[in-house]
Amino acid sequence: MAKVPVQFTLNGSEKAEFVESGTTLLNALRDKIGDTSPKGGCHQGTCGACSVIIDGELRLSCLTLAETCGGADVRTTAGLAEGGVLHPLQRAFLDAFATQCGFCTPGMIMAAKVLLDRTPNPSREDVVEALSGNICRCTGYEPIIQAVLLAARANSQNAA
Amino acid sequence: MSLALQTFSSVKDANAALQAAGTRYLGGGTLVVRAANEGDVAVFNLIRVSDPALSQIAVSGGKVRLGASVTMAAIARHPELAALAPAARAVGGPAIRNMATVGGNLFAPAPYGDFAVALLALDATVVTQAGEVPIETFLADRDTSRAILTAVDIALPKAESFRFLKVSRVKPKGVSVLSIAALLELASDGTVTSARIALGCMADRPMRALAAEKALLGCKLTPQEIAPALTAASEGIAPITDPIASAWYRAEVLPVHLGRLLLD
Repeated sequence: MAKVPVQFTLNGSEKAEFVESGTTLLNALRDKIGDTSPKGGCHQGTCGACSVIIDGELRLSCLTLAETCGGADVRTTAGLAEGGVLHPLQRAFLDAFATQCGFCTPGMIMAAKVLLDRTPNPSREDVVEALSGNICRCTGYEPIIQAVLLAARANSQNAA
Repeated sequence: MSLALQTFSSVKDANAALQAAGTRYLGGGTLVVRAANEGDVAVFNLIRVSDPALSQIAVSGGKVRLGASVTMAAIARHPELAALAPAARAVGGPAIRNMATVGGNLFAPAPYGDFAVALLALDATVVTQAGEVPIETFLADRDTSRAILTAVDIALPKAESFRFLKVSRVKPKGVSVLSIAALLELASDGTVTSARIALGCMADRPMRALAAEKALLGCKLTPQEIAPALTAASEGIAPITDPIASAWYRAEVLPVHLGRLLLD
């Protein structure tokens, strides 16, 4: 199978890889580049564990072919912490006990990040809607919703 | 499982390449990459077209042309397409809506394809490399169609005349038990003068409720007057059975939900 060159920005740094044609972005990130923060859950677009942000929009990396991401700006949960300081969403997920097994967490955080980037003070309904494509089998969702609302409050306090 | 993707700048060139065996068109990936991930070995060559015209939404004089690569998210946020937004938002979660396309939705097998149900009620015209066809013809022939779909044309409905309902068990977003779209014209006294009703999950693809449409003509939207239409809605249906619901259940609840949609 022919390999194809793929070049994109991952969390602000340039990445270039040769991947087999038809490789999903999820597999390229995890197996080639070594960013294992997006998780392969269902590979069917149902669970949201592989969610990443491509050019500012939430996407499922398991259904996105790597070679369609040429020149794109790809963001994953692994790139959120800065200088050892957790992102407010990561901090809130810890503080609100929104993580149990942790498998859904990177996808949840990506979905929540897109929401907060556009809607800094979301309603509970906004949060539920934003997370509606992400499945969690541990928490019952309530701590996750609370974590996102907590992060939003923390952001607005910092901004004030 | 291994896939090979070819990208073309023109639909014409892509259409020629699509004729090869084992070749599928890649839209947003939510159907074909999913199939490949699931182990569908019939999918090995993927074709896509990079022409930006396929992602354009053109609204003029009450007519809308939706490019085949327009996503559900693009429709949901478009200021002039508010009437279509509920149907576009019914598809998947936010990530899926950023990927799933108008063209792909027309190929989505039940229980998917909620937006295509809306397009069927709106009497859309499907534009392909082979020409323009009414959506019903397109849906009937879609399994053997090899012409790349480039756009869908609709007359933009008035918000009050177009109704859409998706029923799912998981809130706020889940796979359809069923979906219903209805385009209703009412006279000034509230009598139905025209009705076009489309159903999702009542066959392997969206279908019209022709008998219910007929039964609604001349009725006012009251529980008594719509009762014959609700009974007629079950005519000709062959609902799917899947892990979401059985065919029996879907058939049982169809009149209930159609009633709610009409009386809302």
